[in-house]
Amino acid sequence: MICLEAGYRPPLNRKRTTLTEGLTHEPTTHRALQHHFENMEQQREAGTLGMWVFLVTELMFFGGLFLAYTIYRYQYPAAFATASNHLDIRLGGVNTVVLIVSSFTMAMAVFSTQLGRRRNSVIYLLLTIVLGMTFLGIKAVEYHDKYVDSLIPGQLIPGRPFNPAVAKPGDTDPHKLHLVEGANVRNVELFYWIYFAMTGLHALHMIIGIGLLIVLTIMAGRGRFGPEYHAPVEISGLYWHFVDIIWIFLFPLLYLLGRHLEGHLG
Amino acid sequence: MQSWFPFIPESASTYSGDVDALYFYISGVTIFFTLLISFIIIFFVIKYRRRNAFEIPRPIEGSHKLEILWSVIPLLIAMTIFFWSAKVYFTQYRPPKNAEEVYVVGKQWMWKFQHATGQREINELHVPVGRKIKLIMASEDVIHDVFIPAFRIKADVVPGRYTTEWFEATKPGRYHFFCAEYCGMNHSGMGGWVVVMEPTEYENWLSGNANQMSPAAAGQQMFESLGCASCHGANAEGGRGPALLGVSGSKVALNNGQTVTADEGYIRESILNPQAKIVTGFGPIMPSFQGQLSEEQLLQLVAYVKSLSIPKTETQTAKPAPASKPSATPK
Amino acid sequence: MEEFETPKPPHTNYINAEYGLKSWLLTRDHKRIALLYLGAISFYFFIGSLYAMAIRLELLTPQADLVQSSTYNKMFTQHGIIMVFFFLIPAIPATLGNFLVPMMIGAKDLAFPRINLLSWYIYMVGGLITIYALLAGGVDTGWTFYVPYSTTFSNSYVIATGVGIFISGFSSILTGLNFIVTIHTMRAPGMTWFRLPLFIWAHYATSLIMILGTPVVAVTILLVALERLAHIGIFDPAAGGDPILFQHLFWFYSHPAVYIMVLPAMGVVSELIANFSRKNIFGYKFIAFSSLAIAVFGFLVWGHHLFVSGQSVYAGMIFSFLSFAVAIPSAIKVFNWTATLYKGSISYDTPMLYALGFIGLFTIGGMTGLFLASLATDVHLSDTYFIVAHFHYIMVGGTLLAYLGGLHYWWPKISGRMYPEGWGRFSALVVFVGFNLTFSPQFVLGYMGMPRRYHTYPADMVSWQVLHVLSTAGASILGVGLLIPLCYLVWSMRYGPIAAANPWNLPGLEWQTASPPPTENFLTTPVVTTEAYQFAAPEHKEVVGKFERQKPAGT
Repeated sequence: MICLEAGYRPPLNRKRTTLTEGLTHEPTTHRALQHHFENMEQQREAGTLGMWVFLVTELMFFGGLFLAYTIYRYQYPAAFATASNHLDIRLGGVNTVVLIVSSFTMAMAVFSTQLGRRRNSVIYLLLTIVLGMTFLGIKAVEYHDKYVDSLIPGQLIPGRPFNPAVAKPGDTDPHKLHLVEGANVRNVELFYWIYFAMTGLHALHMIIGIGLLIVLTIMAGRGRFGPEYHAPVEISGLYWHFVDIIWIFLFPLLYLLGRHLEGHLG
Repeated sequence: MQSWFPFIPESASTYSGDVDALYFYISGVTIFFTLLISFIIIFFVIKYRRRNAFEIPRPIEGSHKLEILWSVIPLLIAMTIFFWSAKVYFTQYRPPKNAEEVYVVGKQWMWKFQHATGQREINELHVPVGRKIKLIMASEDVIHDVFIPAFRIKADVVPGRYTTEWFEATKPGRYHFFCAEYCGMNHSGMGGWVVVMEPTEYENWLSGNANQMSPAAAGQQMFESLGCASCHGANAEGGRGPALLGVSGSKVALNNGQTVTADEGYIRESILNPQAKIVTGFGPIMPSFQGQLSEEQLLQLVAYVKSLSIPKTETQTAKPAPASKPSATPK
Repeated sequence: MEEFETPKPPHTNYINAEYGLKSWLLTRDHKRIALLYLGAISFYFFIGSLYAMAIRLELLTPQADLVQSSTYNKMFTQHGIIMVFFFLIPAIPATLGNFLVPMMIGAKDLAFPRINLLSWYIYMVGGLITIYALLAGGVDTGWTFYVPYSTTFSNSYVIATGVGIFISGFSSILTGLNFIVTIHTMRAPGMTWFRLPLFIWAHYATSLIMILGTPVVAVTILLVALERLAHIGIFDPAAGGDPILFQHLFWFYSHPAVYIMVLPAMGVVSELIANFSRKNIFGYKFIAFSSLAIAVFGFLVWGHHLFVSGQSVYAGMIFSFLSFAVAIPSAIKVFNWTATLYKGSISYDTPMLYALGFIGLFTIGGMTGLFLASLATDVHLSDTYFIVAHFHYIMVGGTLLAYLGGLHYWWPKISGRMYPEGWGRFSALVVFVGFNLTFSPQFVLGYMGMPRRYHTYPADMVSWQVLHVLSTAGASILGVGLLIPLCYLVWSMRYGPIAAANPWNLPGLEWQTASPPPTENFLTTPVVTTEAYQFAAPEHKEVVGKFERQKPAGT
């Protein structure tokens, strides 16, 4: 109708300085362009912003648990120190390294895809998947240890309620809980509840991430990406880094903070 | 009861008048602005009705002056309400030191009251006119709420902690009280009467029901029967555990360097979760009594510990309780 | 709704572009998805209203007549859950917003059409799980799910209901995400931020709350369900947990959720007031920024739900202060709407009647909020019928009226047909009268001390019963008033007069395309050269697209 006009100018193309900057700028007929976008640039911008907004949501999702952690840690520092001491810091530490390396390989995958190096991008994506699975594997070992020690909170596992053995003074059995002075086993359960909620939610995100990466690897192998179309890899990269960052917060909160406290309490 | 159709409930506590005054003030503001806006809208809608289908009115840009005016004036009015209400709230929620204490336990779906002098009541609370009464409230199960409309007071009763509310009745009579936090099936039946009496009448009522042990005396019995005395001393003078004489209301130094005020909540925690806060110089040796005491028994123990705080009368069970006959086991 | 009578509209539009159930259930067209939502939401609203009527009937007398207490408790719980989570929160954003956000900014669709469709399916799955829980056993926790009642008492259908609400939460997250991205990246050339219609600003602010608040309540309700399932103790005082923590987490979302419900309504009313008085809105930027201010402040006031929960008096004071502060942006809006009417050309069409009703009722609803932000009066009023009246004034008097007004206003665009104007005005009047009669007695009832969620009340309180009878009478009128639009809107889909592309003669982008619009909304991408709400003289209608600021050629 009246105020419609044919001559279309691409919308405001602000603040984009990526590797594609120098490349040809009229990929309007790329087969991956969805009908309701004007051009690839707009489509990619929407996808990226969408992922950022989604990550904000995710942050709030974890935020409720972080709040619960903060409140209960403040209320029951000794119980939290006890439980924290019982976590396996070596496995947690190895997992942290694994994830940081996976973030690097993910970044490399994005980089290779942007440059159109198909083989490299497939290799890096596969590496990232392997590292992600390693993380999950180690996590599974940790969960199993907790199961063996009857540390799964409540009646989450039927027939195996929370019922850890408490070490007497002088007992050094690593499978028993060594209560820090002032700790109450009931409050240790609260810690494990938060531990499982947070790491479980994190692991769920890892699983989803690995699923995404598998799809991307297949697409990359079929040569679907190139310098002018690599948004899915980029966006999934954002997601992967976010999941890593959550772990970077979880590791010190769950594994390290209590140890510090133990020294403090003497 | 009232001959005219009432718009406000009876006003029978020292601050119910203050709440009403504030209520009328906010009502006035509300009615004024509602009428103002409605009047202006109706006036405009009639005056500027569309007279022919093609008219285009002159566009008017906004006005910063007006915007500031109608942001600042409501803000100022809101602030008057805020300060006034905060002032009244402080008197509502800060119990005076010399208030008489009544222990309240809520459970699905009944209320149990116990006076400091031992009288027990269910779903009914007798109080004298002109004396400050402080309710110390605990819940056996879910969140309840003691709401006495005539006194304009309400506070949730939360499991796992003590909450308080206080009032001073000004008019004898029978007033409804309600549970105002949804608590399950018979929520709407979980209420009763507050009976406000003239002081002499109240004394009569007290003496007519004076055959029960005071909470502090019951607490003392429990203190002995639970074996508390073995560490805290037969007269709570201390031993392997800290002395309890005079502890209530005092500042207690803890072995992590902090200090806490020993209020009802602290005493409660120290019984249920003794490891949480350990008094400096003592070891974490006290067992937990979680799950072994009902809220009522817990309140009695707390009452006993609090009765020990009255200085220089520690040889007696402090409160002037009626002779402690072993009463029928409470429940 | 597929066939049209003669004269057939000369174009293909989004309704007749494809046929068959599959074409609807697999559509990615935001307009069709909006209609899917419209159908589902009307269904939930109908169920929620039935519960409301049953509740009102029961309260006619002080004693229990109709149902037992346990049934009554389930009825008000289910009324609340359905109305809040499945009607009020999605009502305007998912239907009108979904339909209009792309059209108003000159886009062909939302940024993520598949996610948009997914959000509808998520909403339906969540809703059906909840309905299942209600039919199978019913929950009686109140829509607030306060612990420990919900976690250790009540019944185990709390789990299914919690899961249903948790799932449907993702539907509003995805809708909010879609809106934010669309508004950021897909505006037509020339559509700068300050040329956006206020409807868009309101939806932007709403979306911010959706993506920031919904995950918190989702995780909270999930914790309740898990605690119920496995007895873990995170809110259980016996295990060192804190029941008040639940209330903090719950209200951190659920107070902003009130603004999810009312902000889009404010957006609709801004459109209606400006367009039906043919005036540019007074203080555009103040209304736009007040929406954002409400979205931000809305996250800082949750503590006013805990004034009597044993929160410290100082925390109470801070939350009280902030609650007063959040009233100011709403006041600014009311004053600006009123000022927009000044020297306008005001028509009395149905949508405008709803909009004017909204301003009045929202003013009452907002002003009575002062009683609750104010600490001393809140102590007396919280958990009484005063609260019930207050939030119904906001949610029914505000959101529902704006929703109906918006539905009438855009009905020609949505359906391509006009609704019967006479019936429209009549039902608007009935709704207004019925609503006021239902809820104004409840203010008095609340101050008299009648607690909410009460199945029975003391028989010696004669005045209480009088007020309840008035309220129930009003509810019947309101019910009739709501049935009338349902009937004639359905009727008009088939028999209403064919609507012109721009039946109201308005400059908004959504009116510059056919009614109903084609699948891609516009045949060519529109270019925007003016601010919103610029009215041209009808004789210049041909150049509407290029209208400059019209100097008054005489009124």
